[in-house]
Amino acid sequence: MAPDHGSFGLGALICALMLICPAASIRPISDAHRSAALELFVPVDGLFPSLEETYHALRTFLILGVGETSEINRATCPVVLEKLKSPSSSPKGFYDALRVNSILGCQIGSETLEDVASQLRDLIKGADSLMDFYYSVIGLLHVKGQGVSAVLSDAQGVFHSIKALSQSDGRWRFDSNNAESSTHAAGIALEALAGVVSLADGEVDQSKIGIVKHDIVKLFDSIKSYDDGTLYFHEKHIDGSEYEGPLATTASVVRGVASFAAVVSGKLNIPGDKIFGIAKFLLTIGVPGISKDFFNQIDSLSYIENNRISIPLILSLPSTVLSLTTKDQLKVEVTTVFGSAAPPLTVNLVQTSTSEVKNTPTVENQELQFDQENNIHYLDIVPLKIDIGKYTLKFEISLHDPENLNIYATGGRMQYLVFLTGYVKVDNPQIGVLDTDGESSASLVKLDFSKLDKVSLVANHLQKMRLSFQLVTPLGHTFKPHQVYIKLRHEGRVEHIFQLESSARQYKIQLDFLALLEQIYYLSGRYEIELAIGDAAMENSFLHILGHIDLTLPDPPEKVSRPPPQSVDRYSRFGPKQEILHIFRTPEKRPPKELSFTFLGFTLLPLGGFLIGLLTLGVNLKGFPSSSLPALSSILFHAGIAATLLLYGLFWLKFDLFTTLKLLGLLGVFLVFTGHRTLSYLASTSTKTKTN
Amino acid sequence: MLTFRELEFKMAKSSTSDAQALFRSLRSAYAATPTNLKIIDLYVVYAITTAVIQVVYMGIVGSFPFNSFLAGVLSCVGTAVLAVCLRIQVNKENKEFKDLPPERAFADFVLCNLVLHLVVINFLG
Repeated sequence: MAPDHGSFGLGALICALMLICPAASIRPISDAHRSAALELFVPVDGLFPSLEETYHALRTFLILGVGETSEINRATCPVVLEKLKSPSSSPKGFYDALRVNSILGCQIGSETLEDVASQLRDLIKGADSLMDFYYSVIGLLHVKGQGVSAVLSDAQGVFHSIKALSQSDGRWRFDSNNAESSTHAAGIALEALAGVVSLADGEVDQSKIGIVKHDIVKLFDSIKSYDDGTLYFHEKHIDGSEYEGPLATTASVVRGVASFAAVVSGKLNIPGDKIFGIAKFLLTIGVPGISKDFFNQIDSLSYIENNRISIPLILSLPSTVLSLTTKDQLKVEVTTVFGSAAPPLTVNLVQTSTSEVKNTPTVENQELQFDQENNIHYLDIVPLKIDIGKYTLKFEISLHDPENLNIYATGGRMQYLVFLTGYVKVDNPQIGVLDTDGESSASLVKLDFSKLDKVSLVANHLQKMRLSFQLVTPLGHTFKPHQVYIKLRHEGRVEHIFQLESSARQYKIQLDFLALLEQIYYLSGRYEIELAIGDAAMENSFLHILGHIDLTLPDPPEKVSRPPPQSVDRYSRFGPKQEILHIFRTPEKRPPKELSFTFLGFTLLPLGGFLIGLLTLGVNLKGFPSSSLPALSSILFHAGIAATLLLYGLFWLKFDLFTTLKLLGLLGVFLVFTGHRTLSYLASTSTKTKTN
Repeated sequence: MLTFRELEFKMAKSSTSDAQALFRSLRSAYAATPTNLKIIDLYVVYAITTAVIQVVYMGIVGSFPFNSFLAGVLSCVGTAVLAVCLRIQVNKENKEFKDLPPERAFADFVLCNLVLHLVVINFLG
């Protein structure tokens, strides 16, 4: 129908592909997360299904600063107390109860806690798997946090045992029997080692700590990345039963590394860009819908927020669509992952680039001004003389205090996609009808879009219709929008869409009706003319009815196609369809019933004749065996035959072949038995009479 | 000397009397057959008659459910054929089947009839 929709589709695809490289704007944790947390973690009468989930909920509420914990406190504290007092608790049980208690602060006697501490110390002595070490050490750490003294006597030994499970690539094994290493285990092990260092009564050997630092660097070598620069951890071997996704694995590593960095002296040799990439990964998840994922995201971000390696600073754009008409400002926020204030810094707009309008100069190296009150960096774009369109902006952050470079990670150059919109003017629109030789029969009429008067044109098939105009941006340049179409609608039903060609300065179309005769199905009459112009950067995209044109076309020749049937009502195609009348083969003529029944009677006559004949012959049943057993088998034999005939009757009436064959098989066996009995008896009696 | 007419009459009379004599001799010979063979013969006659009636019916009304017609006729003719086989095997004067006990022949007859009628009922539709 309309020419060349395909090229627009291809253009859109290319634009979409180019969109992958500039980042979608990431936002720090905001109130959307806070309200989602309250919706995801909902206790039933103050209780959560397990202590682990209770901890997830409480920690999330604590970090985000939301939630009402008094009812949870009242309902959960007894459970915690019971768990701590129970003599048969496993390390995991103590761990769950203690970490919930560290947030709730239940009233637990110091005796109970000391008892728990000594049990945990015993468990550590006898532990051999990574999880046992982890639960016991972290449990003991929480006990210490509640004021009871808990000191690990053989810290060196415990450190050594945990370290023994590590692999050369920086991963850890879960226990010595399991040969497969896991990244998730590495995070757990690092957290446990950090706990051991805090609980040690003396200094832990610095050389061992150095080796662990080295392991952490190797672990970071295995980090994976997506195209948009986010970094994450994932398992090398994915074991079906214990699969943890990238989020859980990354969260575990972040916790471990951050805890370890917090307790040891000296810096860890991890570049700030990697922490930035991980923070970006955690933020681009958005608001997760599963409570465990939500906890992992918020918990690991809280470790990143205050970590000792480098704190990432997130640059985010509150709005990516800026209007020239309302003189918007480009606004940029720089905060930590939780939206807290960043240290003093300047944001530089390094470069803007566009794929479309080529003659506007790209802006380079503009410094954004800082609004102290609202903590926003802004830039007025109107003085920059940028035209409307789609732009990729590159930003760079520079910190004022050079010391802060060691503490914060700025993330280098970041790209964002921004739309600049504005009002597009239609200049010099002209429409008219031309004769074949190109001369206008009437002069071209100037259209005025602000006034609503419509043009009335008349043409026959030898003439052409011409429409032309120019599109001008607010800055006075020629604009090429995505969609420029003209639609001719015949008497409200058949529509034809044509695309306008664009030259360097203007858009125009010349409809040659002689060439279009077949396309418009030779339909004469009044055609309504509509013009549609639209683009994402255009604030005044429109669909205007310009007027109408009365076309006089010759009669269609024989072979022309009819226009496709138009539905009267838009929804009529959902209504009931025309009924389909099936044509069956005319049934054969059957004879009248009386005739058929008469002949049925005739068919039964020979049977009567047969019986009469038998009687005439003097048939008797003297040969029927008289003694009981043969008589019984004879009777059963005849009954079997009768049953078979009955089965055949039922087969004709309703059974299928399979049932019949099944039953026939059974009857057949029965018949063989009884028949053999009967006939052998008869045979023996007949030989007896013969010999006698 | 006989005239041509008298000769004709005599020949006709003799042919009819020959036919009658033949018929009478057949009848008397047939009377000598054992009863069980007579029963079988009666059965065959019954089966064939039924088949003939069916054919006449088809001749009247046309062969629309042809499979039903064939099934009916096959049933009659098939059972007649099996009865004839039974007669051959049971007949004591038949030297070929001297050692075959008649009960065995009868068992075969019953079995074959059952199979035949299974096929017939399936084909009846």
